[in-house]
Amino acid sequence: MATYREILEKTKAEIREVDAAEAQALEGAVWVDVRRHDEWDEGHIPGAIHIPRGSLESRIESRAPDHSLPVVLYCASGERSAFAAKTLAELGYEHPVSLAGGFTDWKRNGYEIKLPTSLSPEKRARYSRHILIPEIGEEGQLKLLDSKILLLGAGGLGSPAALYLAAAGVGHIGIVDADIVDESNLQRQIVHSLNTLGTPKVDSAKRTIEALNPDVRVTTYRERLTSENIDRILDDGWEIVVDGTDNFPTRYLLNDACVWRGIPVVYGSIYRFEGQVSVFKSGDGPCYRCLFPAPPPPELAPSCSEGGVLGVLPGIIGSLQTNEALKLALGIGEPLIGRLLLFDALTTEFDEMRIKRNPDCPVCGEHPTITEYVDYVEFCTR
Amino acid sequence: MSVVRVPPVLREEAGGAREVEASGATVRELLEDLAGRMPALGDKIYDGDEIRPYVNVYVDGEDVRTSGGLDAPVREGATVVLLPAMAGGKL
Repeated sequence: MATYREILEKTKAEIREVDAAEAQALEGAVWVDVRRHDEWDEGHIPGAIHIPRGSLESRIESRAPDHSLPVVLYCASGERSAFAAKTLAELGYEHPVSLAGGFTDWKRNGYEIKLPTSLSPEKRARYSRHILIPEIGEEGQLKLLDSKILLLGAGGLGSPAALYLAAAGVGHIGIVDADIVDESNLQRQIVHSLNTLGTPKVDSAKRTIEALNPDVRVTTYRERLTSENIDRILDDGWEIVVDGTDNFPTRYLLNDACVWRGIPVVYGSIYRFEGQVSVFKSGDGPCYRCLFPAPPPPELAPSCSEGGVLGVLPGIIGSLQTNEALKLALGIGEPLIGRLLLFDALTTEFDEMRIKRNPDCPVCGEHPTITEYVDYVEFCTR
Repeated sequence: MSVVRVPPVLREEAGGAREVEASGATVRELLEDLAGRMPALGDKIYDGDEIRPYVNVYVDGEDVRTSGGLDAPVREGATVVLLPAMAGGKL
């Protein structure tokens, strides 16, 4: 019968141990902390993911799907991580390594650590259905609580977005809207209610969000987005914008600003029974101007008096936008970049059009011709 | 013959139809055929020389501007989607 020491020595001989400098030189490595929850909570290596040793076999493949990339495993002293490295080798990982001396030596040698940022028991309970999903977990929930998402418009599309982003625990939500809640809004704008009729939409939405989730901070901008105020609003550090606007001038203004700032825009648009969704992320895919270089001239624009929309349609399209925004905030899945999703509520059909970056795009192309904000004349205000 | 899906904002120009048929082996031939039979619809998407800049035409999910333009081939039975810029959202 072998002793623990003998098994440990034998395991260490079978795996590769690295020191902190060697570990940091491994390109593309995934860092995995295999300690217990309470140990992780007291501090860990920045960028590492947490998979307790007991769940390693079942959870590693969803967090580190590429078996060819190096995986740096660490525990407190380098013992549990040695066994973990052996397990990963058995699972087919090509370069699992164990950090010699573990987190204790890492900390003692003065390397950077990330101090406790863990969820309180109340938050753990509130977000338990997120935490249970391996792709989100506590780490993902902390990301959401730390993210800043701006909603342009607190109307049909902005309503479900505001509610679901708030319920999901997005820590800071900004809302831009100059309008007042009107009776005709209540057929679809579910963030508002009879109680807030006649009040500014931003205040009404803020009230609903705060009643739903006190973890969310709300910043309101009771104004219409213009070339005058767009920089001031975006300077507040919004990381993702959910575009629920109703007019061309704002869409183009937002697009240009977000291309220049590298902020992804989750686009949505609705009309009667039909809607569109896409994600414009400059650098990774096309922008709105790649799709439509310029707005239609006023005389050829579709008439707005023929508008109207099925009440649930913005609920569907706004929820699809929220799904994209949450994925972007979490850094998971495949966002709708370079894809335009069309939805027809009458036939319940989805279609997807491929959209490409236009090398001649006036804003994100190779030789941009638009380098400052363009104020298009608003030719249709309902 | 190809099926052309008409977006809601252009249905009035297509006599209310959600889909119309058009024939042509290239995008140009197809648009000419459509414009010949439905001038009002044709005019909104095609000026006789170019596809209007605020309208996109997709053949089987591919934007024709990035796949050969007006000379792009259209296979028999293709699905053509007309997509003008849409502003609605908050409405």
